[in-house]
Amino acid sequence: MIKKFFDFFFKKKSQVVESEKVAKEKQQKQGKLTPRERIERIVDPGSFHEWDMFVQQASTDLGLDKKFLPRDGVITGTASIMGHPICIYAQDFSVAGGSLGLAHARKITKIMDHAVKLGIPIIGINDSGGARIQEGVNSLAGYGEIFYRNTRASGVVPQISIILGPCAGGAVYSPALTDFVFVVDKISKMFITGPEVIKTVLGEEISMEELGGARVQAEIAGNAHFFAETEEECFEQVKKLVTFIPWNNRKKADPFPPKPPKVNYKISNIIPDDPRQPYDVRDIIRAIVDDSDFLEVMQYFAPNVVIGFARMNGETIGIVANQPLVLAGVLDVDSSDKAARFIRFCDAFNIPLLTLVDIPGYLPGVDQEHSGVIRHGAKILYAYSEATVPKITVIMRKAYGGGYIAMCSRHLGADFVFAWPMAEIAVMGPEGAANIIYKNEIASSPNPEETRKQKVQEYIEKFANPFVAASNGYIDAVIEPDETRKYVLHSLFISRNKNELGLPKKHGIPPF
Amino acid sequence: MENEKHLVEFKLEDTSYLTTLTKKYGRIKKYQPKDLSKVRAFIPGLIQKIYIKPGDEIKKGQPLFVLEAMKMRNDVFSPIDGKVKAVLVKSGDVVAKDQILVELDINI
Repeated sequence: MIKKFFDFFFKKKSQVVESEKVAKEKQQKQGKLTPRERIERIVDPGSFHEWDMFVQQASTDLGLDKKFLPRDGVITGTASIMGHPICIYAQDFSVAGGSLGLAHARKITKIMDHAVKLGIPIIGINDSGGARIQEGVNSLAGYGEIFYRNTRASGVVPQISIILGPCAGGAVYSPALTDFVFVVDKISKMFITGPEVIKTVLGEEISMEELGGARVQAEIAGNAHFFAETEEECFEQVKKLVTFIPWNNRKKADPFPPKPPKVNYKISNIIPDDPRQPYDVRDIIRAIVDDSDFLEVMQYFAPNVVIGFARMNGETIGIVANQPLVLAGVLDVDSSDKAARFIRFCDAFNIPLLTLVDIPGYLPGVDQEHSGVIRHGAKILYAYSEATVPKITVIMRKAYGGGYIAMCSRHLGADFVFAWPMAEIAVMGPEGAANIIYKNEIASSPNPEETRKQKVQEYIEKFANPFVAASNGYIDAVIEPDETRKYVLHSLFISRNKNELGLPKKHGIPPF
Repeated sequence: MENEKHLVEFKLEDTSYLTTLTKKYGRIKKYQPKDLSKVRAFIPGLIQKIYIKPGDEIKKGQPLFVLEAMKMRNDVFSPIDGKVKAVLVKSGDVVAKDQILVELDINI
């Protein structure tokens, strides 16, 4: 008797599993893995459990009744990554082009609801041609219900999107609403309107790759946070990220065993004597953090600011650092967006912030002003001021003007602010300042160039050090560069139980 | 996918820094003040009809031609008082965005 029922389900199940062979053939032709292979390579071996395997298309219109669409084109389930529980779904491009019908969408929203209720991260693998046209407005309803949940879950559980195929039109907005987007070279393609439409309407000819390929998303558009050459490399990045972030907004990230930095150089030896000379701020980060292990986020987009995760004494921290190696480390539209969103992620998920400052100011230019550098720049001020996690700031070489204020100064609520002895904290660099303050003296001098140099020197002696700021209590201590780790560790230890509440409100209105 | 590691001088408020540039920074176009004597296509499309010919006296706001794009017939008006210097297209021409269509002499 029982056997009879088992046979029934065995037959049903093998029908669905059979279809994976078709998937393999189709995906392989495009140099892609199947959705099941993808899930199995991201999660711990044997940990994946599939749900809703027997769900099929909701519509029977326009010939859909004659089609067998296994799983309605999406695999959903639960699993673990390095022992962390997660919810996961993967769209199957081999089933009706991975198109999103109502049942497909309902499977996704169900697993998203699970993730929120259980307080665990949700990972989505996108590989879909878009809306299922036969299902009409029901398909659009499906997208809308996903976006609604992405937004509701934002800041509650971490949300990760992996783009492993096309992701076009309305479909792009689910990844855009999530916290981290992963792309793979030559496989990921994201755009709102494709090359065909652009050609018809605007007469511009461009390939899909140049329009919205992985490199474009990672370097130019800034929609992607992680770029990989292969799917395998991408999965390693996903796993690594999951180890750095907490399960949900009520928890802290799982600690690792504390380790000293691995690098064998001293910070004081890699800072150039000439303040005009650049250095790679990531070398400073590696000399401060546990095991010199730094997971950089958005490595290729707006590299004039560096953001990413690391650990101190085994606990996850978020780092924001100006990068003198690129555009002298200025803030601009893109780098402000990049840093501000990261700060808000860290604040939402109880990750303390370490800010490393070496900033000459904001990028001047018509392009910047017309692109809205005022409202974009304001995002950093907003994000830092709003953040209530422990905030630790180290001013390394210079902090000029608005850049000084923006980079988590005491005035925006930093808990601990340190400066290296060579730090210049001023409204602008010595040359610019002297040219303005002593304009008349320089102009009326019999030897203007000589006077100018002398005045610049005077300004440097008076302001090109952290003592004015220190004497006002704006910085807590002037420290040797090589003592930075020690001071940051102490500050993190002291602020472990920080529990600052913002003012009661529904939500703020950050500059967008 | 690494940035070009070529150090250049980068001037900010009278101080010159050595640093690298990004691909996106290299794409920034230098701002050009608008030249009112050149009427350009604000959208790619089809020249449907031309109302003027070289030598015509024109007033600011006077229609110059019809540019059809995205199923809309757009009247394009003269931005200035002046004289038509040259008409560079004829009706039926398909034009690209920013293509110069008419040149004007500004009345001083």
